[in-house]
Amino acid sequence: MSEFDQMYREVILDHYKNPRGHGVLDPADAEAEGQNPLCGDEVSIYVAFGEDGETIDEVKFSGRGCAISQAATSMLTEMVQGRTASDVAVLDKDELLEEIGIPLTPVRLKCAMLGLTTLKVALHKAKGTPLPEGLAGFDELELT
Amino acid sequence: MALVATAETTRKLDAHALRADFPIFEQRPHGKPLAFLDSAASSQKPRQVLDAMTTFYETSYANVHRGVYELAERATAGLEHARERVRAFLNAPDAREVIFVRNATEGINLVAYGWGLKNLGPGDLVVVTELEHHSNFVPWQYIAGKTGAELRMIPLDEHGELELSALDAIAREGNVKLVATGLVSNSLGTINPVSKLVEWAHEQGAIYVCDAAQGAPHTKIDVQALGVDFLAISGHKMCGPSGASALWGRTDLLLAMDPFLTGGHMINSVRLEKTTWGELPHKFEAGTAPMAEAVGLGAAIDYLEAIGLDAIEAHEHELAAYALGKLAEVPGIQLYGPPANRRAGIVSFNIEGIHPHDVAQILDMQGVAIRAGHHCCQPLMQKLGVAATNRASFYLYTIPEEIDQLVEGLHTVRKVFA
Repeated sequence: MSEFDQMYREVILDHYKNPRGHGVLDPADAEAEGQNPLCGDEVSIYVAFGEDGETIDEVKFSGRGCAISQAATSMLTEMVQGRTASDVAVLDKDELLEEIGIPLTPVRLKCAMLGLTTLKVALHKAKGTPLPEGLAGFDELELT
Repeated sequence: MALVATAETTRKLDAHALRADFPIFEQRPHGKPLAFLDSAASSQKPRQVLDAMTTFYETSYANVHRGVYELAERATAGLEHARERVRAFLNAPDAREVIFVRNATEGINLVAYGWGLKNLGPGDLVVVTELEHHSNFVPWQYIAGKTGAELRMIPLDEHGELELSALDAIAREGNVKLVATGLVSNSLGTINPVSKLVEWAHEQGAIYVCDAAQGAPHTKIDVQALGVDFLAISGHKMCGPSGASALWGRTDLLLAMDPFLTGGHMINSVRLEKTTWGELPHKFEAGTAPMAEAVGLGAAIDYLEAIGLDAIEAHEHELAAYALGKLAEVPGIQLYGPPANRRAGIVSFNIEGIHPHDVAQILDMQGVAIRAGHHCCQPLMQKLGVAATNRASFYLYTIPEEIDQLVEGLHTVRKVFA
């Protein structure tokens, strides 16, 4: 396998070109917008809960960015379907990284984590679940 | 009809030969020659600059301006010699007007705080451009917000050049107190008509601040001929080390300003009830200066002047023309900015359907270093309607083979995403 194929393996390019869960929920039970200031990647996440108000019934995302950020968010929407807000709020980043399955440099790691971080912020705003690592202690006003 | 021969006035530089001065090019990333096309972010350093700093540390190092022993005197002489080199480089009237700062951003903040807080208020306008690097945008937005002044933008035309026809309308909206623009755009390479902007600023009774971080490495600057009031340069973009840059300002303005940072060295006397400020430039140089780095900046100026700024500028125009021609052949490419003869050695582009981050990553695996992102120019990216671009930038050591390597790499990028 060439170096390029290791990073841009088929499944990443497939999620990038045919993103799952792409779109907007209006109204949404939870939503947040995230940006990666390093490269301008943007992701908005929308969540609808099931009747119990806890289980994630549907997740959609919109935004633009590099293949890694968009594919990782696409994979994430499949991963969290049917899980509870409190479960996803503490979802370990390694679980998503395993799914992505490619070696990532520190800069690209930020791209890959954009969707997950944004989803956790959305859940925090709607349900008061813990903020993702690195954002704890941020003033509410700074989270859009 | 007689043909008139024009004299060859511009020296030519030999980039292949100059590369031998730069140890960084000895490596082979991913088994390929290093094609370093990110000099607009920061330039590489020649051995001459590194040696000057090492010699300073090994033979003349002590804190400056304080000790009475010989070593301290030698260190002070080293720092002040560097200041004189910056003065000559900018053709400033007086070395006391040259203030060492960490980077151009700090230089602009010095003016924003030292001049802006004292002189701006409600009804006043601060005028910047849509092209600005965040270094020359955010400080003005922040200080305008603090003082009640308002920010206005000079718009861009479709070539990425300033629309000077908008100036009259801006002048009617309030009291223009300060105009701040770059000399060369770090993102598009656009060379701004600084003299015209200075003239307009002065007609309004405003001062003009020039961010020359991207201009100073590539073109001869004469602050007196330009007529600017303040001008900031960035040492690390012009072969100097990181941590030593300079702000030049007119004496009368500097004297009337408040200090930016306070503390050691910048005082005349300190009493419990009151402290008085030191003379220029010390009033603006609180704390221990970046001494060895300033010496390195002086050596970088020696290096650039030995090659000739005119030769560097001509070399970059040649590379920009070569790159624009070669890149235009890549399918799906969108090139931004003005024609080659009106830009510095900077080329921004996008490949249809492929995010710049992915482009840069795949290029990296082929030994090609370019910048991908918003280049600290988010207002400009908004204007272009993109989140990010790829940017290849050139310097005196850039060779056409590196541009070929870039173009070849872009074909591979397209294959990966096909």
